[in-house]
Amino acid sequence: MNVFSAIAYLVAAVLFIMGLKLLSSPKTARRGNMLGAIGMLIAVVVTLTDQLIIDYTYIIAGLVIGGAIGAFLARKVQMTAMPQLVGLLNGFGGAASTLVAYAEYMRFTAEGIDPAGHAWVALILSLLIGTVTLTGSVIAAAKLQGTMSSAPILYPFQKHLNALMLLGVLVMGGFFLMDPSLWYLLPIIIGVSAVLGVTSTIPIGGADMPVVISLLNSYSGMAAAATGFVLGNNVLIVAGTLVGASGFILTDIMCKAMNRSLGNVLFAGVGAEFVAGSTETEQRTVVRYTADDAAYIIENAQSVIIIPGYGLAVAQAQHVCQELVSMLQARGIEARYAIHPVAGRMPGHMNVLLAEANAPYDILLEMEQINDDFKNTDVALVLGANDVVNPAARYKKESPLYGMPILNVDHARTVMVCKRSLNPGFAGEDNELFYDKKTMMVFGDAKATLTKLVQLLKK
Amino acid sequence: MDVMLMMSIYVFVLAIFVGFEVISKVPPLLHTPLMSGSNAISGITLVGSLIAAGEGHGGISVILGMIAVIVATINVVGGFMVTDRMLEMFKRDTSKPAK
Repeated sequence: MNVFSAIAYLVAAVLFIMGLKLLSSPKTARRGNMLGAIGMLIAVVVTLTDQLIIDYTYIIAGLVIGGAIGAFLARKVQMTAMPQLVGLLNGFGGAASTLVAYAEYMRFTAEGIDPAGHAWVALILSLLIGTVTLTGSVIAAAKLQGTMSSAPILYPFQKHLNALMLLGVLVMGGFFLMDPSLWYLLPIIIGVSAVLGVTSTIPIGGADMPVVISLLNSYSGMAAAATGFVLGNNVLIVAGTLVGASGFILTDIMCKAMNRSLGNVLFAGVGAEFVAGSTETEQRTVVRYTADDAAYIIENAQSVIIIPGYGLAVAQAQHVCQELVSMLQARGIEARYAIHPVAGRMPGHMNVLLAEANAPYDILLEMEQINDDFKNTDVALVLGANDVVNPAARYKKESPLYGMPILNVDHARTVMVCKRSLNPGFAGEDNELFYDKKTMMVFGDAKATLTKLVQLLKK
Repeated sequence: MDVMLMMSIYVFVLAIFVGFEVISKVPPLLHTPLMSGSNAISGITLVGSLIAAGEGHGGISVILGMIAVIVATINVVGGFMVTDRMLEMFKRDTSKPAK
């Protein structure tokens, strides 16, 4: 690498860091993303001038095909399908790392290069992490898309088998390090890693998806960093590590928001075992209300807080929801959103969904910002959320939700819950909030109910 | 241990700290764009795939390189564009005067 490329790569790395820094405020975030893209462009252009490259045919073909697919996906995908797309893009990053690492190995053998030992270690890690990222992301995306059931798939000795596969990859890697002429070990390592990616993602159910998506995000970065060590290229190490750290922080935030350890999310398969336990609860009655009743209460409220959940995304009700909010604001009623960190299927899912509906970001409030305001609020309107408002999390020690920080919806004067059925949430814990005296249950699809509400309030 | 590797490890360790420092300041509001934007950055493997696809050795290594270029480019282009599309939607409340 000549001095010119080295400096250009450094500039790219600095642009990545500045870009991520600007992502800390919605005012500068777009510029930050642009800086990242410019950094990437610089890195690519400099690489293309590299003397190692003698044939541009395949490069141009690859760039054109990949660019077209990428642009198509980015433009056409619906905002509600964003979790799947982000998941899938993680997978592509992982696949690229695996492929580059393997191609580099082929170059070593073709040119008779005997690289230092650390390159082999990095090579094996790159194959392992890259492949797990690819197949894990494909499964996660299929679950999010609904191509595959989002319910956890569990079978006996699942954890043990996964641990065994990981161990197997590491042992094979060890043998390969001792004797790099054992070329056939690499395809086996890739194959086992591919299976491991699948078997470690299928036991994870729908509501735990934010953790998995964040974790795969982190993996895709780590795979890139490992590939950087194989190639001896610092820009890959910096960029990959930044992403690895970012995904790791998100994973940690998501786990804390559910009061569960990462190990528990990855291995416990919540949602399958607990559903059975919750069926024996005594028959309790809820009070059913109609949209007309709800409209009357809302009309006479002074402050309303809306709690969106995955149900809002499924019903695609974000636009009509924001229409309701604008309408309330026009009447002088204070209307805001309370967003739980794990609402939806990926970190920040609700924020993106509501931003699409033109909800101004300064009324999208985080749990810590708004939780004390519920007691002074007339109406808390829960739209397709369940576990994140379940008071059982506060005291019921045997509940899978116990200890999870929740939105203090039950402190509001009136609670309205718009839900399709009384089915318990993902964790299988019946929600006593629904049986509370001040709770009005309005059954039905979130979009239909909200549309009705908006029509009634127009009158 | 050679000097190159030592330098790479330096870079790696410092990048971990920079990453934690910078990213822990991103508010939950922007977590999805953070994820898709950082994901686009992890498509930096594109740099490696360009070299693999262009070395002119012919055979499987070049084909692998080209597939790597395709998937990495999807990752990069798709990631940055979709992030931009999302960030474009984040708007301030204009219904009330700024404080």
